[in-house]
Amino acid sequence: MTRRGLQGTSLALALVIASTQVAFAHTRVEGTFGFFTGFMHPIRGLDHVVAMVAVGLWGAQLGKPSIWILPITFPVVMAVGGFLGLMSVPLPGVEIGIALSGVLLGLAVLTETRPPLALAAILVGFFAIFHGYAHGAELPLGENALLYSLGFVIGTSMLHAVGIAIGTMYQWPWGKLTVRTAGGIIGIVGANFLWSALA
Amino acid sequence: MKPWRQARWAIGGVCALSMAGTPTSANAHLINTGLGPLYDGAVHFAVSPEAVVPIVALALLAGLRGSAHARCAIILVPVAWILGGVAGIISGPVSIAGLLDCLPLLILGGLVAADFAVPFYGTFMLSLFLGLFAGYAFAASSEAPVETRDLIGSAFSVFVLMAVIAAFAVVAKWRWVRIGERVVGSWIAATGLLLAGWSLR
Repeated sequence: MTRRGLQGTSLALALVIASTQVAFAHTRVEGTFGFFTGFMHPIRGLDHVVAMVAVGLWGAQLGKPSIWILPITFPVVMAVGGFLGLMSVPLPGVEIGIALSGVLLGLAVLTETRPPLALAAILVGFFAIFHGYAHGAELPLGENALLYSLGFVIGTSMLHAVGIAIGTMYQWPWGKLTVRTAGGIIGIVGANFLWSALA
Repeated sequence: MKPWRQARWAIGGVCALSMAGTPTSANAHLINTGLGPLYDGAVHFAVSPEAVVPIVALALLAGLRGSAHARCAIILVPVAWILGGVAGIISGPVSIAGLLDCLPLLILGGLVAADFAVPFYGTFMLSLFLGLFAGYAFAASSEAPVETRDLIGSAFSVFVLMAVIAAFAVVAKWRWVRIGERVVGSWIAATGLLLAGWSLR
């Protein structure tokens, strides 16, 4: 088989496997269909959407290596927050933290802020905890844990991908304005959520 | 890319997306392909995400490390799977602790995400332990009794899946593909962490 044929076959195989629903063969597995519920969960929350897109935008704006470090590390850091949420570890101001992430990340994109990589990673990681916590705390009963978790991690990453895709326009002069405008819009939306959270 | 090749890619992509977009309920414990227990076992594995995901993670890890690691893994895992499965059949139905389920995802997913330079003996041991544990769990926790032929069929599916994914990882020469594989590793590690929280909840 040629390399292209192998890649095509493997892509088809991966998609077929990804289409499987819950298997009831095993006693330790409970629940109903979880993958698409989990996948849609971050997408249904506008506060999550704007922050995740902002992460992708900022990563693309910062360039290498941020553009690939963030998609690799963010899911794991977010899962730490999810773990805390599942364990019902008290974390005050979750909604404020989520809203603030939209504001600050949007502003960072708007103002083309370029901190050192470590500082950017810490900031993004800090907010990832809050987002993950909210997802974990909201995990509905009866959902298949594996599929739901996989779905929402992938859904979150897809939002990053959207942000990165938009952010790649940054290389052109008109693209810079577009990306910064997107950052501004995200900041405004975040501010709206922050207002609601504080009110 | 020549137009006919592009067309072939497009047709293949549309077919794959169509199949992926029309999933049906998988009642694995009722699987009866009508083709015999060998094929029932093969399909049983394919519709068991808790069995598939760790295998995907190990295949990615082995592929990222190179062809020698990949060859080791794709041969050793199915063999260990059968051995573990036989032990599971002998032991009878057992409920596997949720935390044990999380460990392969956490460890393997984390290694893939970090693109950790696992030595050959590390790949060997990971393949052995995963094959034994996953095969045992597959056989022991199934609601329906698992026969030896089911096990062999499922081991064949394990081999095919590992071979395809590891080969894809080995031949991938573009940096962004390697980054994509590490992203998949981070997804798996994140899922393992969430599963750990779920099991402790």
